[in-house]
Amino acid sequence: MNREIVIDPLTRLEGHGKIQIFLDPAGSVDRAYLQIPELRGFEKFAQGRRAEDMPQITSRICGVCPMAHHMAATKALDDLYQVEPPPAARKIRELLYSAFMVEDHALHFFFLGGPDFIVGPDAPRQKRNILGVVDAVGLDVGKEVIGVRKQLRDLVAAVAGKAIHPVFGLPGGVSRALDSGIQQQAAAAAARAVEFSQFALAAFRTAVLGNPGYVELITSEAYTHRTHYMGLVDGTNNVTFYDGTLRVVGPDGKELLTFPGRDYLGHVGEHVEPWTYMKFCFLKDVGWNGFADGAGSGIYSVAPLARLNAADGMATPRAQEAYEEFCTTLGPKPIHHTLANHWARIIELVYAAERMAELAADPQITDPQVRTLPTTPPREGVGVVEAPRGTLFHHYQTDERGLITAANMIVATQNNAARIALSVDKAARALIKNGHVDDALLNRVEMAFRAYDPCMGCSTHSLPGHMPLTVDVRDAGGTLLHEIRRD
Amino acid sequence: MTKPKVAFYWCASCGGCEEAVVDLGEDLLAVAELVEIAFWPVALDFKRQDVEALEDGELAAAFINGAVRTSEQEEMARLLRRKSAAVVAFGSCAILGGVPGLANLYESQDILDTAYREAPSVQNDDGTLPAEESRVAGGTLTLPAFSASVRTLDQVIDVDYYLPGCPPPTGLITSAVTALVGGKLPEKGTVLAPDVALCSECPRAATKPDKLLVTAFRRPHQQLIDPDLCLLAQGLICLGPATRAGCAAACPGGNMPCTGCMGPTSGVVDYGAKALSAIASLLDADGEDEVTARVAEIADPVGTFYRYSLPASLLHRRVRPAARHEEEEVAP
Repeated sequence: MNREIVIDPLTRLEGHGKIQIFLDPAGSVDRAYLQIPELRGFEKFAQGRRAEDMPQITSRICGVCPMAHHMAATKALDDLYQVEPPPAARKIRELLYSAFMVEDHALHFFFLGGPDFIVGPDAPRQKRNILGVVDAVGLDVGKEVIGVRKQLRDLVAAVAGKAIHPVFGLPGGVSRALDSGIQQQAAAAAARAVEFSQFALAAFRTAVLGNPGYVELITSEAYTHRTHYMGLVDGTNNVTFYDGTLRVVGPDGKELLTFPGRDYLGHVGEHVEPWTYMKFCFLKDVGWNGFADGAGSGIYSVAPLARLNAADGMATPRAQEAYEEFCTTLGPKPIHHTLANHWARIIELVYAAERMAELAADPQITDPQVRTLPTTPPREGVGVVEAPRGTLFHHYQTDERGLITAANMIVATQNNAARIALSVDKAARALIKNGHVDDALLNRVEMAFRAYDPCMGCSTHSLPGHMPLTVDVRDAGGTLLHEIRRD
Repeated sequence: MTKPKVAFYWCASCGGCEEAVVDLGEDLLAVAELVEIAFWPVALDFKRQDVEALEDGELAAAFINGAVRTSEQEEMARLLRRKSAAVVAFGSCAILGGVPGLANLYESQDILDTAYREAPSVQNDDGTLPAEESRVAGGTLTLPAFSASVRTLDQVIDVDYYLPGCPPPTGLITSAVTALVGGKLPEKGTVLAPDVALCSECPRAATKPDKLLVTAFRRPHQQLIDPDLCLLAQGLICLGPATRAGCAAACPGGNMPCTGCMGPTSGVVDYGAKALSAIASLLDADGEDEVTARVAEIADPVGTFYRYSLPASLLHRRVRPAARHEEEEVAP
C-alpha cells in the first residue's frame, strides 16, 4: 500500500481538473473530490464595459459554447433596456440557437461522451475516442458528423458574422434581417439535421440499449442520485432552450417551484468551498445542507436529464416519441440515473433539429423588422437560456449611460457542480475496493462526471477552456498511490 | 521522406482557437496529410514527455494559442520553444492578451472578492475564499495560486510568427500551415495576414466617404444599422481603419462594427493608441480642446480600443500602488 504507482509519470500540473481520491487504511474510498484549479474573473473586468458589448465579451468565456453566452447576454440586454424584440428577431435568435444546440449535442455524443458506450467503458484508452467510434460504426458516420456540423456552423456565420464569437445580438433584436437565400440555406441545414438526429437516435438504440450490460450500468446505484432538477419550460411545460419559465421538480418528481429568470436571486444561491475555484449552486428555498442528495438538500441538477425531468414532454413529434420511449424504459420520472444524460441529450438533439426546421419554414422569419430601439434608461437586466450543459444566467446592472457596474454569471456546469461532486465521490466509493485501481475502473469514475458534459472552462470562467484531467489516489497516510492523466 | 512535425498547444484560452482548427473540417485532413502532428492535447493522446523526448528544434512549427497566466503554461511555452524551429503565436490572446487580458485592469484580490464574496447569489457569511491549501475529510487539497497578470506569448518566449484573429480565420490557418511546412519561411516577426487595413476588404468600402467627418459617435444599440453603408459613416466606432485585414470583414458582414481582434498592421507599437487616434482623426471638431471633449464622450475607451490588446499595450496593466510592486511579475 505504501508503494507509489504512477501510471502516467507527469509532474502534477496547474490548470487541470483534478479528481483526488483518498483511501482509508483498509483501501476503500474515504472521500473523492473533484477540484477545479482556475478562475478568470469575467465578473470583475465586465465592470466599466458598455452593456451592448457584453454579448461579444462574455462569449469569450467559452469558444465551445459562445452562442449560449452571446444569447444569455443579449436577453439580459432586452431586460436591461426593457425592449421586446420583434417576432422575426426572436425567431432568428431561436433558429440560430437551435442550430447551435444540434451541433454541440452531436459533438458530445460522437466525440466526447459517446465513446464510453459505443466503444465500451472498459475498452483500451487509445480506443475510447472518435476514431474508436468510427471503427465501431463506420467512417461515413465520422464524415457525416463533420459535414452536418459544418453546414450548421456555416449558417450561423452567414447570419451572425462568425460561428465562433457571433456578433448579431443587440438589445431589442438582431443586427440584420434574414433574406430568402439564407432562409433556404437554413431550411436545407435543418432538413439534414432532422435526418441526422434520427440517425443518432438509431445509433444510440443499437449501441447502448441493445446491450443489456449498458442498461444495467446506466441504472446502477453507483451512478444514481436523488436530487432536485431545474430547466426552462414553455407554457405547456415542454422543454425549451431559448426562452421560457424556470421550473424545479423535487426528487419525488413533484413541481417544487416555477419562476421567471428575473427572480433567480430569490431561488438560486452559490456556496463557496476553500478547496476549489468552483462555486456550488443550491436552491435557497431548501438551503445548503452539505454534499448530500434527497429532498432535504438544496442540491439540484441541470442539463439534458434534468431538463427532461423538469418538463412534462417535448414540443415536437419525433422528440416526443423518443421522450416517451425514454420514460417507459427508465421511468417512472424523475429519472435519477446520471448516465441517462446521454440518452436525454440525443432526445434534445432531435427536438432542436425539429424546432430548427419549424423556424426555417416560418414565413415571418424573413420580415425585415428585426430591431426595437431602446427608449428606457438602463438599470438592471437578467437573461436566462438553456445552454447545452444546463441553465445559464447573466445578470447586469449599469449606470445611466449603460456602462456595467455589476455583472453576475451563473453558468450551466456550476448549477451541476454539487451533484457532479456527489457523483464522483459515490462512483469512486462504489467502484474502488481494497486499494485496487486500474485504468478501466478510473474511467468508470470519470464517466460519472463526463455524463454531465461538464465545461470546467465555463464554470470557473477559467483557463484553459477545456480542462484536462488528473486523477490522484492517495492512501490513508496521504502518499500518492496512483496518478492518471487524461488530456 | 519523413513529414515535418508540428504541435498545437493552448495556454489561457477559451477553446475557440481549437474549435477554429477543428472547423477546418476536410481541410484539416489535407493538412494532416502534409505533416505529422506530434502534440495536440485537445485531440490526441501524446503527452508532455513525448515533447520532452524530441530533439531540440525537431518540430518544424509549434502553434500556441492563449495568453500566459500560470507557471504550467509558461513551462510548456518554453519547452515548445526549445523543441521548435518556428513558434507561431496563434490568435488574439497569444499575440495581444485577448479579452481575458482585460483582467489586467484589476488586482487578483479584487477578482477573488467579486467572485466569492460580492456576487449577489453568493451565500458566504464567513468570507471563505479558495485557498492554496485546505484540510478536508480524508486529507489535504491544494490549488495553484491565482497569478497576478495576463501576459502575451512574446512577453514569455521568443516568437517567430503571428497568426491573428479571435479566432484566426480558417483560410489564414491553412495557408500559414502550408507555407511553414513547405519551407517557405517568411521573415521572422511576420504577421501571417495581409498587411493592409480591414477597410480594404470590407464590402462597404465603396461607401466610405473620401473625407469622413463624424460629429458625434453613436452606439450600436441606439440606432438602426444600414447593412450596406460604411459603419463609420453611420457614426459607429468601427475599428477597420486601424485593424489588419484577413477576416473578410466578418463582423461588418454580420452588420456590426469591427472591434479590432486582428490587431494592428506592421509598425504599430500600441494598437489601442493607434485605434484611438484613427477614430479621433475623424472627428469634426476644431482644436485640441474640442477633440478632447468629444473623445471624452466615448463610453469605455479601454474596452473599446484595448478590447483584445491591454497586456500587449505600453501600459500592460493598471498601475498599482508602489508598495505592492515587489509581488508583481513584470513583463519583460
